[in-house]
Amino acid sequence: MTGFWARARFIFGAIALVILIAFAVPAHAQQNAPVDPETSVVNEQTLLQQFRRIQGDIDQPNQRERVLIQPDGRVWDHFHEVTLRWIGVVAIFGTLALLVAAYLLLGRLRISAGRSGRKVPRFTGFERFSHWLTAVSFVVLGLTGLNITFGKLLLRPLIGPEAFSVFSEGAKYVHNYISFSFVVGLALIVGMWIKDNIPDRTDIEWFRQGGGFIKSRHAPARRFNAGEKLVFWGALGAGTLVAISGFLLLFPFYVTNILGMQIAQGVHAVIAVLFVAMILGHIYIGTAGMEGAFEAMGTGEVDYNWAKEHHDLWLKEQIAKGRTGHPADLPAATPAE
Amino acid sequence: MARMKFLCDADRCIECNACVTACKNENDVPWGINRRRVVTINDGKPGSARSRTTCAAVCPVSCFLVTPDHVVLHSKDLCIGCGYCFYACPFGAPQYPQLGNFGSRGKMDKCTFCAGGGGTEEPGSIEEYRKYGANRMLQGKLPLCAEMCSTKSLLAGDSDVIAQIYKERVIKRGYGSGAWGWMTAYRESVAT
Repeated sequence: MTGFWARARFIFGAIALVILIAFAVPAHAQQNAPVDPETSVVNEQTLLQQFRRIQGDIDQPNQRERVLIQPDGRVWDHFHEVTLRWIGVVAIFGTLALLVAAYLLLGRLRISAGRSGRKVPRFTGFERFSHWLTAVSFVVLGLTGLNITFGKLLLRPLIGPEAFSVFSEGAKYVHNYISFSFVVGLALIVGMWIKDNIPDRTDIEWFRQGGGFIKSRHAPARRFNAGEKLVFWGALGAGTLVAISGFLLLFPFYVTNILGMQIAQGVHAVIAVLFVAMILGHIYIGTAGMEGAFEAMGTGEVDYNWAKEHHDLWLKEQIAKGRTGHPADLPAATPAE
Repeated sequence: MARMKFLCDADRCIECNACVTACKNENDVPWGINRRRVVTINDGKPGSARSRTTCAAVCPVSCFLVTPDHVVLHSKDLCIGCGYCFYACPFGAPQYPQLGNFGSRGKMDKCTFCAGGGGTEEPGSIEEYRKYGANRMLQGKLPLCAEMCSTKSLLAGDSDVIAQIYKERVIKRGYGSGAWGWMTAYRESVAT
């Protein structure tokens, strides 16, 4: 019997030590008298006041099962069902509302001088491939990811539980595998464009001049303007975070424990909805929001007057390098219409 | 209406793990999955309990079903193996067979209170048994883990009844560490 007591003391002491090292004990809990390992009768509430979760010793081989009670599951439940939904709704619908308002107020930003008919090469085939690899992956990941949070509210009532489960299971696998092409695309983009996205003084001036949204002012820019740089660094930062947290979720419990998995899911979901909101803005300005912008990523060539209006410093460099058709033949700025 | 619960009288448990074995045998639980487990805390307080609704709340495909007896069942036809119920469960009840590459999970498996499954199978049918294990409740029997417990540490049944049994025990022997998991699961404990 003495042996058993000694063993129980040792086991409990070791567990308590591990828990104390692994998790910051809340200040109020430290003031409580520590659990006396000599006491055979300790109730659930006393232990939970001192530790974030109750875990012990188990004979089954899966040591993860040692965790008996983890009330943090409730916190995560609330985050997932309430907090995350609000963040998602506000970020995505808020952005959409802003974009609709921008379209109604500003309309499509036309090329002030009209089209010159002369083309300037802007993105190579490989650059466009990398962009679209990332973009298509992102859209697929975004839709399949949003399905996990919002699908049961929006899609399930429409198509029924069985069809929704079949779709969601497929979506889960698609999400898991497409993650790799997204990471490859993002790595290519970063490798190719990081040197043109280093912030400089031009960016301050670009913001001061209204970022190209105010027709009477000219916002200077090199190859990428300050807005594009924000999207670049935003995509790099958010992409890195969703990739790391996503791979933790893809390999459950390989690296982290239950608390780590909950945090990984939280980070993944919150960053992802903010990322979607940012990319909505990026899509808008690259398509409906601005005349002449889409062809940069479409055909890879932009109109000379578009380049002059939005990327004047870059255009000068291109002219100096002889990369446009007719450097001497600069068109006089003729008013549109 | 009765509310089905387990109650583990931790002071009587001898860590024999027979409940784990009985469960695996009765329900033909796959390799690597243990619906029941014995965790030794301090002097031996094993346990298993069911979360009330956190699992059902976070499920992205709403595959859970709560019976009139408050037994939480789920449909393996609807489950997509996302693992979210495991993150939410305060007791780590959901289990997943590991399928395929990476950590990809199969359909979730968990204790059903020996009440069959929450799918479309005929209650008590062989199809139901293969997916979810025994439906002892249909036969008027309680979960096997509790019924065969040699020290009657593990109790299963209507919460009022088992709480009363536990109270009487505590009064008689003069001590008791409480109904483990009840405060976390049901926000109530057995007053003794």
